[in-house]
Amino acid sequence: MASRRVTRKWEVFAGRNRFWCDGRLMTAPHPGVFLLTLALICGTCALHFAFDCPFLAVRVSAAVPAVGAALFVLTLAALLRTALSDPGIIPRAATAEAAALEAAEAGRPPPRAREVLVRGRPVKLKYCFTCKMFRPPRASHCSLCDNCVDRFDHHCPWVGNCVGKRNYRSFYTFVVSLSFLAVFVFACAVTHLALAARGAGVAAALHASPASALVAAVCFLSVWSVLGLAGFHTYLASTDQTTNEDVD
Amino acid sequence: MANNRIPSGPNTPGSQQTPTQQGIKIFIQRDYSEGTAVKFQTRFPPELEERIDRQTFEHTIERLNEHFEMAETADCSTYCEGCLACLTAYFIYICTETHYEKHLRKVSKFIATQNERVYNPRGVHITDPILRGLRVIEITMIDVPNCQSPTGNNTSIRHT
Repeated sequence: MASRRVTRKWEVFAGRNRFWCDGRLMTAPHPGVFLLTLALICGTCALHFAFDCPFLAVRVSAAVPAVGAALFVLTLAALLRTALSDPGIIPRAATAEAAALEAAEAGRPPPRAREVLVRGRPVKLKYCFTCKMFRPPRASHCSLCDNCVDRFDHHCPWVGNCVGKRNYRSFYTFVVSLSFLAVFVFACAVTHLALAARGAGVAAALHASPASALVAAVCFLSVWSVLGLAGFHTYLASTDQTTNEDVD
Repeated sequence: MANNRIPSGPNTPGSQQTPTQQGIKIFIQRDYSEGTAVKFQTRFPPELEERIDRQTFEHTIERLNEHFEMAETADCSTYCEGCLACLTAYFIYICTETHYEKHLRKVSKFIATQNERVYNPRGVHITDPILRGLRVIEITMIDVPNCQSPTGNNTSIRHT
């Protein structure tokens, strides 16, 4: 008996996204920077757990590695959920619908925008030439992924995906938990070095645990941008704007 | 991640249109008069006049709109669900589905029942709007070949 091979939707997907695990996970076409983000977070936390936590668990409290682990798991889970899920891609218009739109204009291409009244206020729905449909309000076309995304925020190379309606919540969780994690790990590294230096001097402390200095440096450099981003997105979320709308 | 799977069911046309779903297509657009929430126009398309009566059609669309309104309503339980999801680092979504996904499944089921009981026997088929990104409700008039119309203008859309 011949087995019927089902063609999955992701195999004929029109955009430039890449799919993994038989279509269960999706990323942007070039997820290289996302791997860098992953490596930075996992690498720094690995050093933190290996070098700072044993010292601090004894000298300060056993809660230190527990809190660190919880923050790490939350950050990683939020990052993976943001990076590997659908941001809210609007499927392209089927051929019948595209043909119907063109037929309504008697052969000419459809107008650039169509005006609708949203609660009495006029809003322009732009026509997307790639997706062959009028975009809903607040949707935008991502040229990197070649899709229209609903409530498009921005394309984030660090996360390796667009940020839109369906993954904005996990993106925000990621940014906020990463800022907590960065501050926490930085504080632990500095505490470790300070406590070690009190006994043996700064040079000896650095010699004994150079990883702590590296961890502190990485966290110090990244915390400013991550905290800034967290603050910015808190402002955007509280005023119900997307990055795309704020930039305009 | 469960939210990548487009809900499938009896309405899913798959990657190719099945032969029974060829025909003139009508597109019911979104109704933005009350905001950007998901709501479809209840205006009755004249092409359906000989197949479906106005009340049946309006009832279907109104029920659909009600489903979507319930899906998008945020109350205490959705807030708690969100907090719980955040606290469990979203691992809870391995076992459960979101409030919205639950309602989307109800919409699919409702459309399937309506198609089976009311629309398909009269030669009309309604496509689940989630398959079109919640932009339009695509209604196909089955068994009417595309090339038959003498004016060549054989598809129509409703403008707002």
